[in-house]
Amino acid sequence: MVNVKVNGIPVQVAEGSTMLEAAKKAHVKIPTLCYNPDLSPWAACGICVVKVEGSNKMLRSCCTPVSEGMSIITNDADLVQTRRTVIELILSTHPDDCLFCPRNQSCELQTLAQEFGIREQPYKKMVRDIPTDTSTNSLILNPSKCIRCGRCVEVCQEMQGVWAIEFLGRGESIRIAPAADVKLGDSPCIKCGQCSAHCPVGAIYENDQTSLVWDALMKEGPDAKICAVQIAPAVRVALAESFGLPPGTDLTGKIYTALRRLGFDAVFDTNFSADLTIMEEGTEFVHRLTGALKAGMRQATADRSLPLITSCCPAWVDYMEKYYSDMIPNFSTAKSPQQMMGVMIKTYWAAKAKVDPAKIYSVSIMPCTAKKFENGRDESMYSSGYKDVDVTLTTRELARMIKQAGIDFLNLPDSQPDSPLGPYSGAGVIFGATGGVMEAALRTAYFLVTKEELKDVNFTAVRGLSGIKEATVHINGIELRVAAAHQMGNIATVLEEVRKARAEGRETPWHFIEVMACRGGCIGGGGQPYGATDEVRKLRMRSIYDHDEKSEYRCSHDNPYIKQIYAEFLEKPGSHRSHELLHTHYVEKPLYLK
Amino acid sequence: MVAGDIEFSNELQSYIDEWSKKEGGLVMMLHRIQNEFGYVPRAAAEKLSLISGIPLAKIYGVITFYHFFKTTKPGKHRIAVCLGTACYLKGGQDLLEETCSILSIEPDEMTDDGLFSVDEVRCLGCCGLAPVLMIDNEVYGKLTKEQLPGIIAKYRSL
Repeated sequence: MVNVKVNGIPVQVAEGSTMLEAAKKAHVKIPTLCYNPDLSPWAACGICVVKVEGSNKMLRSCCTPVSEGMSIITNDADLVQTRRTVIELILSTHPDDCLFCPRNQSCELQTLAQEFGIREQPYKKMVRDIPTDTSTNSLILNPSKCIRCGRCVEVCQEMQGVWAIEFLGRGESIRIAPAADVKLGDSPCIKCGQCSAHCPVGAIYENDQTSLVWDALMKEGPDAKICAVQIAPAVRVALAESFGLPPGTDLTGKIYTALRRLGFDAVFDTNFSADLTIMEEGTEFVHRLTGALKAGMRQATADRSLPLITSCCPAWVDYMEKYYSDMIPNFSTAKSPQQMMGVMIKTYWAAKAKVDPAKIYSVSIMPCTAKKFENGRDESMYSSGYKDVDVTLTTRELARMIKQAGIDFLNLPDSQPDSPLGPYSGAGVIFGATGGVMEAALRTAYFLVTKEELKDVNFTAVRGLSGIKEATVHINGIELRVAAAHQMGNIATVLEEVRKARAEGRETPWHFIEVMACRGGCIGGGGQPYGATDEVRKLRMRSIYDHDEKSEYRCSHDNPYIKQIYAEFLEKPGSHRSHELLHTHYVEKPLYLK
Repeated sequence: MVAGDIEFSNELQSYIDEWSKKEGGLVMMLHRIQNEFGYVPRAAAEKLSLISGIPLAKIYGVITFYHFFKTTKPGKHRIAVCLGTACYLKGGQDLLEETCSILSIEPDEMTDDGLFSVDEVRCLGCCGLAPVLMIDNEVYGKLTKEQLPGIIAKYRSL
């Protein structure tokens, strides 16, 4: 430990800590802009400057390590003036259209300008006119608003390992763009949206599609729509943050009520279709495992029937199709919960409720920007005969709709989702956190293999924020090795091991692998409220597991409505009809389209 | 990834095989590619990415950072106008504008007949001769813009 003083306040921090971390521990706030706790310090902006007592030199606190006995000064007239100048210089290259900006009131630059009381522009305005990139359905890139902090580039390259964007050019012509200035839609971008969740300003943001939903909700007469909506597991533990409540506040019941007040005719829960995904994927896994036990694990590794790799995350699917297309046979063909719900609404529910599926407008509320891309991914996203999910809104967009509608969200009474596509098991809700799909699948796989219920359904080894989590599970004498990886940059390690085992004719190191593109899983998704840090992710995650523990049913196969849907409509998991409606396929994609 | 459809000479190929294993080899490899093609064609950058495993975004980050690297095809004669400090102060910008106006192109563009292209460069290493312009490997120092039409005309007939 190292002893330092921050503005005279003594504090002890671990060796190697930065001045910024020491200040935080002393409850001193140093303003930052390019710094983000998820990323390595990049020291681009210069707002976090501080001094060491006895020297007039200004040091960037985000990247300067402390040393024993150091006395840090974070606040004097000189420092405040320097910070003001930095803000004024950034503002001199930034458009002034705050009122029309998607980040109005959630912009970190705007907040700093407000806190520092910037009232005039002393420098010549030099705003660059770079066209906005709307080539993806998920994300909009507006380089004119970019303040060159580098967060998005670091997120895309370092955290996610995607390398869709980079700083091109230098000096005043520097810009964020994909290689060779191609459009985002032609780049390796996987639409995870982590860039948008980390951007401090309005340079990268989600494609707001709320107007499509308002239109559908307000149509009257012969064109009137029957509006159905589903909400994803991770939305319920994060939406509250957009209304000023602490992260992890679970407002499931109020969300159902708010959706009804917005005008939705049917309110369903993606947790239900997560249960359905588990039935299909769990059955697929047991089928592959049974085959592998007969043919031998090496054979199963060679023919790529094992490991089974989860496919619920559309950003991950896109990544795999681009970078790991040799693993297509390893991919679960089961559709994601969003798409399963979409097709069940327009087939099963439409028939039960006696409504014309052509009149149904199906909306999903997701923590994710890639889900906007998934709903039109290929022809199997139209397996009801219509677009299964018409439009996907992120958590951030839903928050705006609720505010626009004048709904007193926090004081709403709780309500329940509609049946039969609403009631869910705890296994469905944990899909929202990394390791959750694996845990839910294991709960049901155990049952499918042994025909017995687990005594303890909690597989805690696959929970938590470490990048790759491994566990060994014993089912009927079979030693099952599983892994759960999250945050795209961590995935390569796992996949390379599998590739290596296959190339060397060895047995796969794991039988079942779960992958989620975002840190923490969907609770840390690119469409969630701003400001996710590990602290926030842990709180959201805790709330997800609490929700699971409080659930009447903990396993997907115990959900009575799941039993009912198979009895009435789908026959059994993996049936012909299930395959027609609930499964998809994958294709190899070129990284750069010509 | 669909590899760029472009042939590398055996020499270039073996150079890349050697340097792609070394730390900091990217700039060296890009130099060689530009030597071979006169610029860095996108297909060559893609092929380099494929061989070396260096992400294409990183390669473009480097290409666009250094003025030396070009992403557009140069003309038969490459005109480099120096905008380094000394040349700039002595009227380098005027030389650039006059050259572009004579040829009716912008920097980094090529004339329709493929004869000329214009690059802005930072320092050619002979500041004593400022302002300086270089055509192919010939340096012209202490230039005035009145001399430009004559010099350019010489290259038209080469």
